[in-house]
Amino acid sequence: MDLKEKLVSSFLAFENSVDVDTYAHDVRSNAIKIFEEKGFPSKKEEAWKYTSLNSILKEDYSVFPKQENALEYPQVKKYFIHDIDTYKIIFIDGKYSSHLSQTTHDGIDVCLMSAALSKPKYQLIIENYFNKAAEKDSLSALNTAFSQEGAYIHIPKNKVVEKPIQIIHFSTGNESATMLQPRNLIVVDENSHVQIIERHQSLTDNPVLTNSVTEIFANKRAIVDYYKIQNDKETASLIDNTFIKQKRESLVSVHTFAFGGKLTRNNLNFYQNGERIDSTLKGITIIGNKQHVDHNTLVHHIEPNCESHQDYKGIFGDRSTGVFNGKVVVEKEAQKTNAFQANNNILVSDKAAINTKPQLEIFADDVKCSHGCTIGQLDESAMFYMRSRGIPEKEARALLMFAFSNNVLESVKIPELKQRITKIIANKLGVNIGFDL
Amino acid sequence: MSKYTEDDLREELKTKEYEYGFYTDIESDTFPNGLNEDIVRAISQKKEEPEWMTEWRLEAFRVWQAMEEPEWANVNYEKPDFQGISYYSAPNSKPKYDSIDEVDPELLATFDKLGISLDEQKKLAGVAMDVVVDSVSVATTFKKTLAEQGIIFMSISEAIKEHPELVKKYIGTVVPQKDNFYAALNSAVFSDGSFCYIPKGVRCPMELSTYFRINQAGTGQFERTLVIADEGSYVSYLEGCTAPSRDENQLHAAVVELIALDDAEIKYSTVQNWFPGNAEGKGGVYNFVTKRGLCENNAKISWTQVETGSAVTWKYPSCVLKGDNSVGEFYSIAVTNNYQQADTGTKMIHLGNNTKSTIISKGISAGKSQNSYRGLVQVNSRAENARNFSQCDSLLMGNECGAHTFPYIEAKNKSAKIEHEATTSKIGEDQIFYCNQRGIDTEKAIALIVNGFSKEVLNKLPMEFAVEAQKLLEISLEGSVG
Repeated sequence: MDLKEKLVSSFLAFENSVDVDTYAHDVRSNAIKIFEEKGFPSKKEEAWKYTSLNSILKEDYSVFPKQENALEYPQVKKYFIHDIDTYKIIFIDGKYSSHLSQTTHDGIDVCLMSAALSKPKYQLIIENYFNKAAEKDSLSALNTAFSQEGAYIHIPKNKVVEKPIQIIHFSTGNESATMLQPRNLIVVDENSHVQIIERHQSLTDNPVLTNSVTEIFANKRAIVDYYKIQNDKETASLIDNTFIKQKRESLVSVHTFAFGGKLTRNNLNFYQNGERIDSTLKGITIIGNKQHVDHNTLVHHIEPNCESHQDYKGIFGDRSTGVFNGKVVVEKEAQKTNAFQANNNILVSDKAAINTKPQLEIFADDVKCSHGCTIGQLDESAMFYMRSRGIPEKEARALLMFAFSNNVLESVKIPELKQRITKIIANKLGVNIGFDL
Repeated sequence: MSKYTEDDLREELKTKEYEYGFYTDIESDTFPNGLNEDIVRAISQKKEEPEWMTEWRLEAFRVWQAMEEPEWANVNYEKPDFQGISYYSAPNSKPKYDSIDEVDPELLATFDKLGISLDEQKKLAGVAMDVVVDSVSVATTFKKTLAEQGIIFMSISEAIKEHPELVKKYIGTVVPQKDNFYAALNSAVFSDGSFCYIPKGVRCPMELSTYFRINQAGTGQFERTLVIADEGSYVSYLEGCTAPSRDENQLHAAVVELIALDDAEIKYSTVQNWFPGNAEGKGGVYNFVTKRGLCENNAKISWTQVETGSAVTWKYPSCVLKGDNSVGEFYSIAVTNNYQQADTGTKMIHLGNNTKSTIISKGISAGKSQNSYRGLVQVNSRAENARNFSQCDSLLMGNECGAHTFPYIEAKNKSAKIEHEATTSKIGEDQIFYCNQRGIDTEKAIALIVNGFSKEVLNKLPMEFAVEAQKLLEISLEGSVG
């Protein structure tokens, strides 16, 4: 039985196990139909031209983890940003772990999707926002069909959340292979501000496939900073679908740090429904071995006077492959749009490959849109300069690569997170220097 | 003069009709509509082709039958009815002319109207012309001068008869019959086209040029061009087209193959001005062209194109950089107005070491048109030190048009250096203001800006053609180019 059939047939069992008389029930039933019709995407689809899911779909995933696994904090401390106080929503194999988490209902809601889907007091929000941003593509639909658990964050008007929120999904995978489908909903109301850090971490050598959907709604003048850390084991694959709807004058930034995993696909979609919106999409990708990272971004400019900034840096070693497919659409009404897109790549190995396709579709005339994309190597003269001053080759190379990716790192607003990322980069480049020279 | 604004320009663009839309009444020898193996055989027979050529055409036809029309391009149009087209038409007054005086006077009048008097060209420009009216070449000049150098420049049907060994060796090597839907169709039914062979070490003393015209109601035109530059030779080839105005869609599916052997250089320039349809978007030519060049060691192929016509353009002149140190270039201006749609760009395939490619593409969209750049830069894993620079700029005039960029960049070698940049903007108020301030009126200012915008490409055209290109830009964007 292939994975698609298995998922479709498990749907009934799943749907019976959760509450049937809810709004979510209809949404799920529709979604499974879409998935059944479309199936998993193949390389024949333009959006999946450079990424094949075949190698990860052949595993025999268990769709519902059978047992609950407990983890002790010291075991997993290193995956947390632990040197600052944060709210935490932690999942182990798709199940909420209350003793690792720290949630709140004090003025803001930082809690669970399962609670939000079932309790009447959240009903209004769920009906207004749940599945309202997600596209009807097959993978998002699949997630919607099985949507049950994940993070639910609702920040009401005029609140500045004083500490960041961490969402971490662990998979312990005692079973052979696990498939996880977390579903996050984040609603930020007028004038509010929140910072969120998301991480998916596998603790097992068994294959893990995560198909995640996150919907973010930024209302008037809201500020949302979202950081994704992807530094997973080489048996873990991630398909991350993020949909962001912005209202006027809101600011949303998403930073994606893709350092690992077997196959990582980031579908990041921004929809600007209002004037004077600013969207920022930044990313650093440093991978090696046979890893594959695919960034697929969309910024849809619908109304006038908005801006978007994209900056993706990639360093590819060994047999790794990178894909960047960035699309900017400027509608007829979206005059005075400023849209910038940059994608810079360094290939470190002859076996590595990069496919990039920065795309502009513009229907308005009074706009400033540009994209730039480069593929190149480290500057030999800069290498020579450093080596002539006694910096060993490896360190010199690392310094240059760090400098290359630095302007993405600079816009990270949480200092502790920045330090952590710096450390991961040092690790990735195999050097032991702090880069805070 | 009252103040000339961008709105006036837009108004003018809207109302500007195709100037060169006229129709010459020449009796033609036309096949019945439709396409099947018999028609393919009949075309081949009509052209007195040898058996291998007939077979080659039939092979292409069989492949074509199994293929589907491509859908991926960013264009919308009514699919042509391939059974509703006549695949062969030749002017009736068929005997070959020895001198220009024998040419049908009505035909000569046509050329006069286009401003390409053969006599004048002969004297002033030093351009040899292989004139194609409705698929069969009727006049070839300067043949003698070329023959002295060993250069073969003739229609492809003549070449099939006179130099079968060359044609057989090279035809379909760069664009195979089954390459794509339109290339297959062309391979099956191509009526005529040009053939050019430059022998080893010869530098072709003059620009070679061909004018293509569609001139018969309901006739598709299927040109086949084959240019071979042998080792160390150089040739500059020019191609230009205009077509008469009519209400019914016409199909043009040409194939151009360029082969540059070691150390050779081919410069291929095109000015395309097929009938773009009227202001309501009715009529106009469908231009689905496959153009590709192959570079051996140290060879260079340079494509320059000025695309102002056609209702739908689907064209990607490409370079396969097979040899070491080979160079590919692509310079393009694509202008769309009214309801025109253009999906054009290039492919640079880097296979050899130290290969270089440059892409400069300028898109200007006005009216309700859609202008897309679609390009591919591919660096193979064995291609060391490949270098590419791409620049795609779009200029939008009015808010009902669209400009799109679809660049595909695929690098598999770490020594590759690839740069791509694209910008989209409108003519800046500040630029116009700057000009106004210095006493340059708005019309002139727009002309200056558009000219400056496309200058990089216009500069690449040979002198004789640059004039014509200017003229075509004028027709497409009258009032903006001075």
